[in-house]
Amino acid sequence: MTAVRVDAPAGADTTAPAAAFRFRPGRRSRSRPLDLLGLLPFAVYVGVFLGAPAYAVLTAAFQDDQGHVTLSNVTSALQDPYRQAFTTSIELSVISAVLGAVLGLGLAIAVSGARRDGLVHRAVTTASGVLAYFGGLPLAFVFLATLGPQGLVTKWLDSAGYNLTQHGFVLWNMVGLVLVYLYFQIPLMLLVIFPALDGLRPQWEEAARSLGASRFQYWLRVGGPLLLPPFLGAVLLLFANAFAAYATAYALSTGTVPLVPIQIGSVMSGNVLAGQQNIGNGLGLWMIVIVSVVVVAYTLLQRRTARWLR
Amino acid sequence: MTSRLPVGRAVVLVMFAAYFLVPLYAAVDFTLGGSRRNMGHTLSIWTGLIHQDGFTENLMTSLKIAAVTVVLLLVLMVPTMAWLHLRLPRMRRLVEGICLLPMAIPAVVIANGILGAFKSWPEAITGSWWILVFEYVVLALPFTYRSLDAGLSAIPLATMVEAARSLGASWPVALWRVVVPNIRTAIASAGILGAALALGEFTIAHLLLLDTFPVWTDQAGQQDGEVAITAAMLILFLSWLLLMLVSHLGRGRKAKKPETSGKKQKVGTGR
Repeated sequence: MTAVRVDAPAGADTTAPAAAFRFRPGRRSRSRPLDLLGLLPFAVYVGVFLGAPAYAVLTAAFQDDQGHVTLSNVTSALQDPYRQAFTTSIELSVISAVLGAVLGLGLAIAVSGARRDGLVHRAVTTASGVLAYFGGLPLAFVFLATLGPQGLVTKWLDSAGYNLTQHGFVLWNMVGLVLVYLYFQIPLMLLVIFPALDGLRPQWEEAARSLGASRFQYWLRVGGPLLLPPFLGAVLLLFANAFAAYATAYALSTGTVPLVPIQIGSVMSGNVLAGQQNIGNGLGLWMIVIVSVVVVAYTLLQRRTARWLR
Repeated sequence: MTSRLPVGRAVVLVMFAAYFLVPLYAAVDFTLGGSRRNMGHTLSIWTGLIHQDGFTENLMTSLKIAAVTVVLLLVLMVPTMAWLHLRLPRMRRLVEGICLLPMAIPAVVIANGILGAFKSWPEAITGSWWILVFEYVVLALPFTYRSLDAGLSAIPLATMVEAARSLGASWPVALWRVVVPNIRTAIASAGILGAALALGEFTIAHLLLLDTFPVWTDQAGQQDGEVAITAAMLILFLSWLLLMLVSHLGRGRKAKKPETSGKKQKVGTGR
């Protein structure tokens, strides 16, 4: 029997009895140690091109310029000016995540009242599928064309007697960045929350109503608690999304806005004090820690939702 | 909520539509020369793009990167995922976790790590667009996993492969002639999303000082806003075209699949 390795990766010859053997139920799902070899290319690839860079960051974070072990990168990454960067980054991510989630949920509810196969529903679903990927460089330039100094809306407002610049509006401060980030946060929220909203079965509301619950009571006791995990999960996903974003903020501010990713980029371009060459790795370490915690929490909440979402 | 009130709902929808459409209108207007005083709209910025220094080369570089990324991504992941489903179902959780890792490691940090990790590697790899291809494949893993996993879960994979094997097909032949045609929608979405990612990625290319089309666009922006915005719109239209293709492909399948596969796709795409 051991000779019958019909599905070895090398493509050994198949014989009829071997195939018959493979059809025996129960045999199919048991994996043999050699089967693991099939995952080798994948494992090596990820190890080299994701594992090695991550390992390099995590080890360099604990080394000084001469390669001696030190904690100074990890600790000074949490002191000014980097402390300020973390505060700004977290503030921007929280505000854009919460606003994006609330506005996205509102829009999703407004749309889910429309007919499922209707024009509005279809347009919003398709648009959010496309816009959720819309970040990076193009987004920055689109907003520069809109609300930048020469932007179209800036000019409209100017001719209407309202000068944006005089009122202190710029695209690269907190208000401006939130406004820009919402452009991808709201569509991402729609993508995440639509399946959950669609999963709330009308029968559940009918059942609650027939037992005497008011519409408000249904949302308080049934709909709300069901939607809470996916909603919180979405907030976390949106947070991670904004926290890791680099290109949009970079292009809007030509690298001057104090966000953690921008600071890392600036360190990489050599903009760093002597004796702190590994500070970028220290910052990277903290970014990985923060995003990992958030992503793990998101995955757990998502799994909870998957229990009733079919 | 507003959903009970048609008027209120219409107001909400119009406000959202304005927020999402006005910037696009403004950007298109800009590329048509609408920001110049006393001049009509013109196509000259679009047609002039091709004469811009570096435009053609960098666009070609980015298209080449996108094509090679898609090929490498699929050659690596389709056999791996098929093998996983067929022989190692218990490892699925683990591989999924690994594929989602790029979500937890921001592109900036990956770029920083590349500098440290591959210092001793030949310049031909680390100083050229090849390193971008290798890293874009990594960045594409989260949605590639979801897409292929959904595709493979939807077909009776074991039965199909066993049938092929019992008729004498080798494993590569069974994969190529039986599995691949049956999950072609999933393969197409994964590939298209990978191409869109590779076309638009800015962070890693910029930080590694490599020239791609998005990097060129950013540099152009420091001299000529109109050219940069027009180039940005070109990236945008190209990737939207690709993404529309995905949602068109997805419509053929069950409504649930594309959305579940869509929701985790974005983090870590390097914006």
